[in-house]
Amino acid sequence: MNRDDPIAIRVRGLKNSFGPQVVHEDLDLDVRNGEILGVVGGSGTGKSVLMRSIIGLQRPDEGEVLVFGESMLDKDELEALDIRRRWGVLFQGGALFSTLTVAENIQVPLREYYPDLSESLLDEIAAYKVVMSGLPPDAGPKYPAELSGGMRKRAGLARALALDPTLLFLDEPTAGLDPIGAAAFDSLTQSLQKTLGFTVFLITHDLDTLYAICDRVAVLADRKVIGVGTIPELLAMDHPWIQEYFNGPRGRAATAAVDRNSETRA
Amino acid sequence: MALQLARKQRMQQCLRIMPEPDSLKADFVEEMDGDVPVLRFTGRLTLPRLDDLPRRLEALERPPKRIDLTQIQRIDTVGAWIVHKLATENEAKIVGLDANGQTLLRQVERSDKPVLMRPEPFSPFLRVLDEVGDATVIAAQTMLGLLSFFGAILVGTWSVIRNPRRFRMNAVIQRFELVGVKALFIVGLMSFLIGIVIAQQGAVQLRQFGAESLTVNLIGRITTRELGVLMTAIMVAGRSGSAFAAQLGTMKLTEEVDAMRTIGVSPIEALVLPRLLATTCMMPLLGFFSMIVAMIGGGIFCWLSLDIPPLTYIQRLREVIPMTDLWVGLTKAPVFGAIIAISGCFQGMQVKGNAEEVGLRTTSAVVQAIFLVIVLDAFFAVFFTSIGWD
Repeated sequence: MNRDDPIAIRVRGLKNSFGPQVVHEDLDLDVRNGEILGVVGGSGTGKSVLMRSIIGLQRPDEGEVLVFGESMLDKDELEALDIRRRWGVLFQGGALFSTLTVAENIQVPLREYYPDLSESLLDEIAAYKVVMSGLPPDAGPKYPAELSGGMRKRAGLARALALDPTLLFLDEPTAGLDPIGAAAFDSLTQSLQKTLGFTVFLITHDLDTLYAICDRVAVLADRKVIGVGTIPELLAMDHPWIQEYFNGPRGRAATAAVDRNSETRA
Repeated sequence: MALQLARKQRMQQCLRIMPEPDSLKADFVEEMDGDVPVLRFTGRLTLPRLDDLPRRLEALERPPKRIDLTQIQRIDTVGAWIVHKLATENEAKIVGLDANGQTLLRQVERSDKPVLMRPEPFSPFLRVLDEVGDATVIAAQTMLGLLSFFGAILVGTWSVIRNPRRFRMNAVIQRFELVGVKALFIVGLMSFLIGIVIAQQGAVQLRQFGAESLTVNLIGRITTRELGVLMTAIMVAGRSGSAFAAQLGTMKLTEEVDAMRTIGVSPIEALVLPRLLATTCMMPLLGFFSMIVAMIGGGIFCWLSLDIPPLTYIQRLREVIPMTDLWVGLTKAPVFGAIIAISGCFQGMQVKGNAEEVGLRTTSAVVQAIFLVIVLDAFFAVFFTSIGWD
């Protein structure tokens, strides 16, 4: 495990298919250490499938996935476990365990990997994770069903952060949030990323998120990654989908908002 | 306990794969700088390297006044939290953290707020009162809900009768198949075995009085009057009642039921009535089938074991079973069917919140259905006897 490797995730020649439907073919992608990489693409281009192949929930037909320089495919359960505790995943719907309270949800990975931690330390860790992810202080004993969509995402984030991961996967974290909540979630992700220094693999449809927090953006289309780079770099590319995505009405609105913000700041 | 041990072993195995020097382990030394007690942390102050550090820190004899972090190799939020807690408890100063570490520590400090972890503790007495009260309210609500559900079904039926075009023939036929045809095998097998058991047990008892031939009376009357329909009802409740609750519950969770309402389709008409109609119509048929198969099972036992030939058996059956017995059985069947469908659908429609609820509601649908069926069966028994159908 080479910690100086600048690439956290390396995907080479990935192929995924469901029956006759090929989702990915010959897909390459690098995620650098310490960056926030936004992954965009039309519906059905396999953004979530890509994430699932990286975290090992979906076995690809062909290709290679290296996380921290190690292949996840030929690992046995114990070795995979050692890598798995270095990442956190926030699923689209939060995927909180519905029979456990928020506090217990956060403690699940801690208990699983570190059974020796004392009960009081577990409580303290869960407590500051609750505050850190922006949940109200009375959220601890609540069940997921009692939370709003935004709170559920925050609780999911708190659980994803439980083990202090070096790699964080976020699947549409701002989908279904109101603009204020989405902006708050963006800045939360960014500030946590700055302090804790983890790498973020962020799937999103949200142009504002892309402009606000992503260091680079990867675009999925035609079964592969057709472009990776900063937004200006992508705009210089001539692909019709990229042009339509960033220069469509919503794309222009997001750009205008970024310009306005930088003006007011200046 | 065993589970914890297994986990620990697994983690140890897991850590053994990547042997790393002990110097990486989070550790500390206590020193004196003049008369200031100093605690110097070493190694990686991170979650995987903590080991028994928190316990050892609790056992410190001399409270440190300065916490030196110059020699640590790495720190994460858990490490920062432990340092922060130690510092606030002892009013100690933290020194020697680099810029990143300081941001981390500040982030953790900002997150140190009182947070509720568990619900406020209750006194046992209050909890008993609370639970009794809750149970009472829930029981009352269930009764009321069942009543209003029954009312909604009547309203739905009436509106379908007035507009027969709204009657969903396809859905009903589909339910006929699922509830009736597909249940034939299991109901048949069960009834066949029950018939054999009744015959066998009856023969053993009646032999004591030399009245083995009365086994035929026993089989014939008990299956037509009681067991045929009752056992079928229990089977249908387990098969279809539970399925109704789970289906409607899942549809409720995925907001399909709400979507139906907004489109103007009444869930009662589209979901509940076909199921109700199917079980009400199928129960008498399944019940009758069950009676016949049970009698066949019993008959085979009588033939093989008591030497009563099939023709004699059938003739005896015709002599001893009064027609009213069949009516008793078949009158009860549709009522039981309706009860099974109503409690299944009612419980399904009560689902809200999470997936666990679907399981709970399915269980209560079956329990409720079987309970109500048996209670009603007792009433029917008394009623039919009192009108002279005995």
